[in-house]
Amino acid sequence: MESLVPVEDRGGPAQPLLLASGLRKHFPVPGGLLGRSGKVVRAVDDLSLSVAKGETLGVVGESGCGKSTVARLLIRLIKPDRGTMVLDGDPVDEPHGITVNELRRQVQMVFQDSYASLNPRLTIGETLAFAPKAHGLPAAEARARVRDLLDKVGLDPTNYAERYPHELSGGQRQRVNIARALALRPRLVILDEAVSALDKSVEAQVLNMLVDLKTELGLTYIFISHDLNVVQYLSDRVLVMYLGKIVELGSVEAIYGDPQHPYTRALLSARPSMDPRRRTKEAPIQGDPPNPIDPPSGCRFRTRCPFAEDVCARAEPPLADTGAQAVACHMRIAGSGHSKAVAT
Amino acid sequence: MSNLLQVRDLHVTFVTPDRTVNAVNGVSFDVRRGETLGILGESGSGKSVTLRSILRLHPEHRTRWSGSIKLEGDEILTMGRGALSDLRGQRVAMIFQEPATAFDPVFTIGHQIAETVRRHTGKGEADSWTRARELLEMVRIPSPAQRLKAYPHEMSGGMRQRAMIALALSCNPSLLLADEPTTALDATVQIQVLLLIRELQRELDVGVIFVTHDIGVAVEVSDRIGVMYAGKIVELAPVEQMVDAPRHPYSRGLLASTVHDGMRGRRLEAIPGAPPDLAEVPTGCSFALRCKFVQSNCVARPPDLREVGGSHLVRCVLVDAQEAGVAA
Repeated sequence: MESLVPVEDRGGPAQPLLLASGLRKHFPVPGGLLGRSGKVVRAVDDLSLSVAKGETLGVVGESGCGKSTVARLLIRLIKPDRGTMVLDGDPVDEPHGITVNELRRQVQMVFQDSYASLNPRLTIGETLAFAPKAHGLPAAEARARVRDLLDKVGLDPTNYAERYPHELSGGQRQRVNIARALALRPRLVILDEAVSALDKSVEAQVLNMLVDLKTELGLTYIFISHDLNVVQYLSDRVLVMYLGKIVELGSVEAIYGDPQHPYTRALLSARPSMDPRRRTKEAPIQGDPPNPIDPPSGCRFRTRCPFAEDVCARAEPPLADTGAQAVACHMRIAGSGHSKAVAT
Repeated sequence: MSNLLQVRDLHVTFVTPDRTVNAVNGVSFDVRRGETLGILGESGSGKSVTLRSILRLHPEHRTRWSGSIKLEGDEILTMGRGALSDLRGQRVAMIFQEPATAFDPVFTIGHQIAETVRRHTGKGEADSWTRARELLEMVRIPSPAQRLKAYPHEMSGGMRQRAMIALALSCNPSLLLADEPTTALDATVQIQVLLLIRELQRELDVGVIFVTHDIGVAVEVSDRIGVMYAGKIVELAPVEQMVDAPRHPYSRGLLASTVHDGMRGRRLEAIPGAPPDLAEVPTGCSFALRCKFVQSNCVARPPDLREVGGSHLVRCVLVDAQEAGVAA
């Protein structure tokens, strides 16, 4: 039996590690006659993205924007209604590609709730050895791997392997979850609000650790968070979502330095000021995000956008490349019919 | 500005057959009318317990407390049932993190606000509904007449939080307690609610105590900020001083470990370790175990809260030593 060596790079550095195209997930809404209301939550709508080897792709957006659904689709915890995925050249779940199981060996995930994601009846050591054993690693080697993993996440193996999840603090439990995600030596780790529940002083410890592990193990991250500051700190590229759609995608410098989409701008200026002399005077946009069950026609942001015009209700803006970043806004598309559209 | 609330040497201990938790260990502060005091702390620091003590919301049979909490001169900790009932809602009101659970799901928003108005002010049915409508207008809820008839689940999170602020302000309290009221809200909605609280506080000239774990939020709303750690205020200062020149090693660590603009690529200054277990009353400084400036006299006895000028208070032996050095 192979002893679970890391998966080799295949396509070289230029080939994206993960390519997803046209991903769509609509959840039926229960209720109505015979439990079929006919309504759907359009959680993710025709979303395409690529993740380069060794980068950190940040995903930001408010609740209901579909960012967690994207994470679950990418690791196939839920099956997409449509769309394809390619992992380092291999199509996923297709005749000549790799199986979903193989995908999950190479792509792992860390969730927000550190307690709910651990089995309360297993010791930390048993939890960490579970997946390697399931993939055929002999018991002795699995024990060695547990020690190595705990060591990597800064927990003393002799002290922690025998403990149960309830005996650990939130920060320690999240370290265990990260160790478990690394147990099969994955190439891509999806961090879904992984530090959001931690106190600030502990969050900083875990962020430092994530940066170290990435370098040490040559990992690629997808970092999903509602905290724009943390995303800016970790990410190389940033994807901004609103109601199941990508509204803007670009380098962290472009997104934070020169945001183009009105929603990205609003999101950035809604961050509380850290300077008491320059407090926020006015909220950038009013109201709450609409319900994803019935998203607005055309551009989904138009109901809260200060620049909305007729064209925004009629046509859905495609994600168009503007040089430094890609933006889905009629104002950035020449000849779109918006009065503020860029000149050709 | 006169003193509205005076808290002195407050201790709160929860006792159950299994364990004892010393949640608050000697907290003192004042709140003036028209002022917002931010209380900043991590989970388990005692910030919410302190806040809830002001309304005596803790289960009586499991809570032991000592010290004093005076609102406009009236002692709250020894208050009788009748006075306590007048205090809650009428003189002191509170808004919570999760408005969905703070409202009763089976009654409309209007019904719940009007009921509160009738109960505390003795207004009639029609007048109480008029007042409810005015309140929804005051918190900038669009089409308030229709919204009165809405049930809590029919409103978005931001709207519900506005409605809860309306309910809290319905009887013109002199003190508003806010327990992480924007933590569950989306970023673009959070800033709207923060600005609303700030505006209403000025308009109505109420005192506000705003508990949060988020420094940015505290900076947006507070006139002064108190930093809590392990059941004590370790530093209390006007907001500018707290941001520009924090003196306590924990406040400094907290500010340094909070990620913000321009930190990309730099290593974060994390505070090692985790907060202490509150089962035992600490013999020395509670932060000593995690502090990089720890000295032998830190663990000998708990340091006092000392004034370091300009209503800036710090609880640290280092500051004692520095001040002594300056004086000598």
